[in-house]
Amino acid sequence: MERRELIKRIALLTGGAFVGAELFMSGGCNSAADTVGAAFTPEHIAFLDEVAETILPATGSPGAKAAKVGQFMTVMVNDCYEEKDQKVFKEGMTKLDEACNKVQGVGFMKATPEQRTTFLTALDKEAKEYAGKKKPEEPAHYFTMMKQLTLMGFFTSKEGATQALRYVAVPGRYDGCVDYKKGDKAWAS
Amino acid sequence: MPADSLHINTKGVERNTFDAIVIGSGISGGWAAKELCEKGLKTLVLERGRDVKHIKDYPTTSMNPWELAHRGQLTTTLAKENPIANRCYAFDEATQHFFVKDKEHPYIQEKPFDWIRGYQVGGKSLIWARQTQRWSRFEFENPARDGYAAWPIGYKDLAPWYSHVEKFVGISGNKDGLETLPDGEFLEPWQMNCPEKHIQQAIHTNYKDRNVIQGRCAHLTSPQQVHLDQGRGKCQARNICYRGCPFGGYFSSNSSTLPWAEKTGNLTLRPFSVVHSIIYDEQKEKATGVRVIDTNTGLATEYFAKIIFVNAACLNTNLILLNSVSNRFQNGLGNDSGLLGKYIAFHDYRANIGATLEGFADKTEYGRRPTAAMIPNFRNVYKHEMDFYGGYMMHYTASPISWQRGFSMDGVGASYKNNLTEPGADWSIYMMIQAETIPQEKNHVRLSKDQKDQWGMPLLITAVDYAENDNKKMKDFWEQGSAMLEKAGCKNINPYDNGRVPGNDIHEMGGVRMGKDAKTSLLNGNSQMHLCKNVFVTDGAGMVSTGNQNPSLTYMALTARAANFAVSELKKQNL
Repeated sequence: MERRELIKRIALLTGGAFVGAELFMSGGCNSAADTVGAAFTPEHIAFLDEVAETILPATGSPGAKAAKVGQFMTVMVNDCYEEKDQKVFKEGMTKLDEACNKVQGVGFMKATPEQRTTFLTALDKEAKEYAGKKKPEEPAHYFTMMKQLTLMGFFTSKEGATQALRYVAVPGRYDGCVDYKKGDKAWAS
Repeated sequence: MPADSLHINTKGVERNTFDAIVIGSGISGGWAAKELCEKGLKTLVLERGRDVKHIKDYPTTSMNPWELAHRGQLTTTLAKENPIANRCYAFDEATQHFFVKDKEHPYIQEKPFDWIRGYQVGGKSLIWARQTQRWSRFEFENPARDGYAAWPIGYKDLAPWYSHVEKFVGISGNKDGLETLPDGEFLEPWQMNCPEKHIQQAIHTNYKDRNVIQGRCAHLTSPQQVHLDQGRGKCQARNICYRGCPFGGYFSSNSSTLPWAEKTGNLTLRPFSVVHSIIYDEQKEKATGVRVIDTNTGLATEYFAKIIFVNAACLNTNLILLNSVSNRFQNGLGNDSGLLGKYIAFHDYRANIGATLEGFADKTEYGRRPTAAMIPNFRNVYKHEMDFYGGYMMHYTASPISWQRGFSMDGVGASYKNNLTEPGADWSIYMMIQAETIPQEKNHVRLSKDQKDQWGMPLLITAVDYAENDNKKMKDFWEQGSAMLEKAGCKNINPYDNGRVPGNDIHEMGGVRMGKDAKTSLLNGNSQMHLCKNVFVTDGAGMVSTGNQNPSLTYMALTARAANFAVSELKKQNL
């Protein structure tokens, strides 16, 4: 699928914007490129790995951490996000940890998998409510960014594409009408 | 610019003399090269960009999604530096090396115009969308019927050349027997998927004047000997074609016509060669050659030939001809009429419809098909009946909805993930317009009087815009498309304007149009300049109107036809 079509489809499905999509779509910004640079530490990456793993955990197939989604998120934020979104994302890591501490009485890294899941489920709701209320020019919620990057990072990774989904690099032919049985995996691309 | 202001290397005239010169190595230039070389002409192909060798120079061709650092997305830097190229749907992390970067090749937009270019051997044939429908007699005849343009040739003139080209290129398609989209020399067709067939049936049941067909495209579904002889093989249904195909599964100059021309021993290919102008000889009343600027050294050289094919792609062909001034032609080569650069038209792609379709959760597809379902034009065909002029095609696809639906799905955790590893119950439907625009004199390109590029070429000014006729056509598309999808049981039908500006269609045409005489046009029916008989223009620049089909197949057919005409005229010593 073409990058442009993918983003269009995401917009159609979500009724909202993929962060960075306005840049990908319009490219119409005239200011010079600003990249804050690699201000992410190994601790940040480990933290993002755990957030991603909570969103997409190892089940019968590998989870986000095995697919190095934390690292991927930092690359995307550094290289593909506008400065204002980079700021929201980075501050979001602290906010997430603080909110977890407040709700669960323990920081995110020390929380149990159950605590993490409960906490992020609530945070996901909060982010969705925010998305429904915010003005178009306001930045997205930091958890919306993390969730989007986790999905993209995982399902386009080797682990995600070939084990959680089905991926055939060279199909060799096209069959338009194939029976689908419940439980069969979706195509990665 | 007079020649004496250039540093011309006049040594070695003999070495710089060929039978034919072809300016441009893209889809039409490649065809000119193939035909002329096969007929025994020593042919020089000039390409302004770098060389791109088939397979060897496709660096991303076999990369999996995870091998791309940003999984195909552009970096902020690349996106911001290339607002024009980035508006092209095919410009991404894996393909960007085949697109002109905005900064390197400026032009002046009097009105918004996305000029999408590929400066390399093969040109845009590497990155085209590969959809190939013949024009029908209606596209040649109806413009004159309705009074907005007049073709000097008809479908019957081109039909044998369509066949000639199709056999070599390899076109997949179904024989549908439609007058509005004539059949060609087809390889096996691709298939529609189940939801697409369902929509097709609903349309056929409800609309007697409309047909849905499997799209036809330049992919080898069942390669023939002539394709194997080119070193090409079967399309593997990867659908990452814009990176270049290691199987030669789709047609490009790089995989097909240029190596074929090279095998004759008659081809000389010179990359890094910007053509400054065509040299006109007043005594001979002919062109004698071209002035070329080497982009590496900045030095100018002249090359000479008996015939010149201009295939620089529509707007650059206009630029070269406008810049080819002499005492005889002070406004550009062959331009006594003042029409050079005028009547630029394009295809309107601004209208889309999104939708979803239930009921096919028990179906999926295998492989990735490089084409779509298509609805040939059904407006203004047999008579002018609408409140707009011209026609349009519709393309649609149905796709399973994969993990991307997770963006809007609530939740996190194991069940959320497991849900996303299976396809969604609904399919996503995407429909698009491909509409003819009506050539207008005011839609034009011209040369800047004071601004030049780094090689001393005047910058091109684009003044091309939509018209009210386009808005009426889009309104009709949204109404008709929505109604058809509704009849097929689609939900969430969402007509929208994608905001694309002219040029973004990459189907710009005209400026050097064909016609009956030198007062009303630049070229005759053989793509030959009325006033400079040994110069031929066979890319999009020669088009009189745009039709509603993807145009490349027609450019190739016109090129092959003109090349064979030129050779026969040479033999008769008419050139």
